[in-house]
Amino acid sequence: MNPSDIPPDAAIHETLGDPRLQTAIYTATQRLIDHRKKAVAADALPAYQDLRALAHRIKRHTIEHLDYYLELVESQVAARGGKVVFCEDANEVADFVLNLAKEKGERLIVKSKSMTTEEVHLNDRLESHQLEAVETDLGEYLLQLAHQRPYHIVAPALHMTRYDVADVLTKNLGVEREVEPEKQTKIARATLREKFLEAGIGITGANFVVAGSGAVVVVENEGNARLSSSAPRIHIAIAGIEKLIPSAKDLAVFLKLLGRSATGQPLTVYTSFLSGPRRENEPDGPKEFYLVLLDGGRTKLLADPGKRESLFCIRCGACLNHCPVYRKIGGHNYPWVYSGPIGAIITPQFHGIGKDPWLPFASSLCGACAEVCPVKIDIPKVLLKLRFEVTASGAKGPGERKAFSLWAAIMARPKLFSLFGAIAAHFAPRPKNGAWIRKLSWPMNLAPLAAWLSQRDLPPPAAQSFRSQWKSRKAAR
Amino acid sequence: MSARDNILGRIRTALGRMPGEGIAPRPSFDLQIPSLPDRTALFCERFEALAGKPHLAADPSAALETVKAICNGRSAVAADHPLLAETGILNLEGVEHSFPDAAAQREACALCDIGISSATYSLADTGTMVMFAKPSEPRLVSLLPPIHVALIPASSILAGLEDLLTRVADPAAYSSSMVLITGPSRTADIEQILIRGVHGPGEVHAVVLTYC
Repeated sequence: MNPSDIPPDAAIHETLGDPRLQTAIYTATQRLIDHRKKAVAADALPAYQDLRALAHRIKRHTIEHLDYYLELVESQVAARGGKVVFCEDANEVADFVLNLAKEKGERLIVKSKSMTTEEVHLNDRLESHQLEAVETDLGEYLLQLAHQRPYHIVAPALHMTRYDVADVLTKNLGVEREVEPEKQTKIARATLREKFLEAGIGITGANFVVAGSGAVVVVENEGNARLSSSAPRIHIAIAGIEKLIPSAKDLAVFLKLLGRSATGQPLTVYTSFLSGPRRENEPDGPKEFYLVLLDGGRTKLLADPGKRESLFCIRCGACLNHCPVYRKIGGHNYPWVYSGPIGAIITPQFHGIGKDPWLPFASSLCGACAEVCPVKIDIPKVLLKLRFEVTASGAKGPGERKAFSLWAAIMARPKLFSLFGAIAAHFAPRPKNGAWIRKLSWPMNLAPLAAWLSQRDLPPPAAQSFRSQWKSRKAAR
Repeated sequence: MSARDNILGRIRTALGRMPGEGIAPRPSFDLQIPSLPDRTALFCERFEALAGKPHLAADPSAALETVKAICNGRSAVAADHPLLAETGILNLEGVEHSFPDAAAQREACALCDIGISSATYSLADTGTMVMFAKPSEPRLVSLLPPIHVALIPASSILAGLEDLLTRVADPAAYSSSMVLITGPSRTADIEQILIRGVHGPGEVHAVVLTYC
């Protein structure tokens, strides 16, 4: 199913009505929540709050001097024998990879997990030019075979069951149906191992780009990023321009936060610090190294200092796990590759607020995302700014605007408020035995209330309003 | 105008900066190295918690016996590291080393059961081994074979990341690749079930040389 083919409401209802999917999302995110909680607890990481504040300051400094650090990384990569390629958009990234493959006569490309390449739909472009681009992270590989996009930033296939995996492997690889995850993993390992050894080009993402070293840092658990960056003759790292940090020393801050926030690991299994192609005395490694730095809408976010911090994100996924909305609607109901709270703030800024104006409103503003963000992005604040912009752009329609100005007028006038309260109390149904209200009758079954009640019940109104209780209490004294 | 100039131009306009303009002072902080009384013991504890297999060797012959027992007649590729030569591991039966070229080494790594290497440093508080690509630490020996065995001098076990980044302020100055290895390769992509050895080695041994 392609989620963009059906309207968001219907797709969301489908997800909400799928008990298996609800359980899968809930248990996976709960596990990640528990692991993170242990890893950042005071006994495990006493400096956690200081590290968050420091990470925020380092990111702010880097982003506010981004032109300086981009020129620095460009010269440092060149000094190590590699090349930085700047790309305005998705097409330029694909063009670069296509032309390089053509020029070098390479047909097979292995790819390790990279959200940035998901942004640019790189695989589709490469395949349309008869190049084979194989995802090698186990989850991403399964998604590629199933023609789906990642469900979660760090657990891309969390919505698939072992039976889904069995179907996908049997259908695409012609292997006998196998439902044991351990054996399924072995099948994928064997298939992908051949690709690693055959491929001429390896593409990785970058969790960090270390400007002063001219290096990319890639963290992972499987070893596929190490293989992609070590086995093929050419290594291409693709990253957004916001991924920069000034120096290797800053990793002492960011690596301590990233693994813990993502999966609760103090360090992931592999952390690779890669600078340029193999050197003269080194026995193996790529002979060519390219660092592709993508704008893809990022420079648009810089102008507004209040929303700039959206670019500080290190893609740990903690805000998704803790978001009550993500945990119900899952990843595929968000319109773009980035889901959850971080997706809700960066998608409208990258694509323009006109494209998915509902997105900044798909939040309860509970603040859980800001509380767990390792770089202290104030996501609720940015959501509010975006809501303001959506409303100011007129996207909400005159009806809703009228309703809210009426609401504001009533809230600002205590007497009017109390009058409307009395009217509402008068017309409100009073079920027997204090039962909750499930349906409203005229004149209260207005569209917004009726929609609200279609998902929830309402407690019965109190016999006496709070205001009159307050009054009589005062009088009694 | 190139993409590069366009991007830099937009950034400078948005930030109100001029080409060639310098930067404000960077956020400053100190790397605080925790004082750990027994790094070897902590390394072994943390490494084991990750399903790594630690071994202690009090002299070169103990190291040789340990590696021999792990190999147990299976095929292995060893890095050309002085520590491995000293212990006699390079002369063990079934252990290949000193390849004529990169292609031969790669082929051997892809086919053998065990890769044997050293590690420049280790980190006690995370149970991590730190390897730099160099003649004595090829990338593929610790990556392609399903089992990885590393000889670790006890004296090279550092407290943690802060300690490493204090000693090696810029890893790029030494090698094109520094990799921190923290336990066996793993995935939990199918139903969050933990499986080891998906692409990298699923079994990792650390032979800690307490004599050096």
